[in-house]
Amino acid sequence: MTQDKQENKHVYWNPYFGGFLLGILILFTFFLTGRGLGASGAMKSSVVSIVGSVAPTHAENNTYYSKFISEDESPMNTWLVFEALGVLIGAFISGGLSGRISWRIQHSPKITSTRRLVFALGGGLLFGLGAQIARGCTSGAALSGMAVLSTGGFVTMLAIFGSAYGFAYFFRKNWI
Amino acid sequence: MGPLIPNGIIPIEWDSIIAILIGIVFGFVLESSGFSSSRKLAGVFYGYDFAVLKVFFTAAVVSLIGVYYMDYLGYLDITQLYVHPLYLWGAIIGGIIMGAGFVAGGFCPGTSLCAVAIGKIDAIVYVVGIMIGVFIFSELFPIIEPIYDGYFYGNLTLQDSLGINPYWLVFIFSIIAIVAFVIADMVRKRIKNVFY
Repeated sequence: MTQDKQENKHVYWNPYFGGFLLGILILFTFFLTGRGLGASGAMKSSVVSIVGSVAPTHAENNTYYSKFISEDESPMNTWLVFEALGVLIGAFISGGLSGRISWRIQHSPKITSTRRLVFALGGGLLFGLGAQIARGCTSGAALSGMAVLSTGGFVTMLAIFGSAYGFAYFFRKNWI
Repeated sequence: MGPLIPNGIIPIEWDSIIAILIGIVFGFVLESSGFSSSRKLAGVFYGYDFAVLKVFFTAAVVSLIGVYYMDYLGYLDITQLYVHPLYLWGAIIGGIIMGAGFVAGGFCPGTSLCAVAIGKIDAIVYVVGIMIGVFIFSELFPIIEPIYDGYFYGNLTLQDSLGINPYWLVFIFSIIAIVAFVIADMVRKRIKNVFY
């Protein structure tokens, strides 16, 4: 069994099968809730909630945080936060069944772990900033937007992938 | 009939429970498709692994056809669905910044959560990075606000923007996706294998 898991560690689903199930899930989400999926929203709520408890006056005076703060409800009490908790559980189950759970830093053998972590931090920072400016990330804006033919969703999708291909040359050492 | 929760067919109290259940399936599908691996995700930008393109566009086509078909059959009222609004320059500038972050860090927010769940330390650092990015945005909000709130065109669909029948758009988009899959497989054969 252990050896079986070792061999299957990097065997993933057929991408068309995964994509089909993901599409059905998006359809089902729209059918139930009238909205799509999301991911960056949960991280925004976390930041609002951290800043709100560390520096409450500052959060109230800031025009952006104050949009998400109300007297009687925690900023964590949103649909997207619960959904993100579910994502963690679901990915944990899937990774556990395939023997992929372990503490590690994944990086190309050509670069050091430190370099990987520095670029991960910088990449996350940019993605977090961009996702707020565009009001959604690859899940919320692009994927869920495209399901209802949203022009904003298509523009965001084209901008993300166009820019990533444009910048790919500069980051090639990290990956290939 | 649908969407079920806004129309009161499923009571609103179920909202959070359904959110967790949908999240579990979302996380399971992403992780099983290999989206917890940054090196697999980044493959789409260097041509050594097109899983992102295939999963992403298959999902978009399936959900798009499904939404319009269920609307046609009368099970789902498409006018009640949330359409992501168009803030033109916000979408373009935000998208460009996200693209740079994608290829630098190798994750997007959803996939980084999957990688966190299976113990990738680089993904934990990435999520911390996202939160710092949100923090910087909020602190600089007065400067960014003109882009964030400006150039607003409403909750537009491509049908409004291009004036084409939505069923044709669905058809055209499906053809584009299939052509993209064929091209991706052709490119994949020409590129040297990367083992990860």
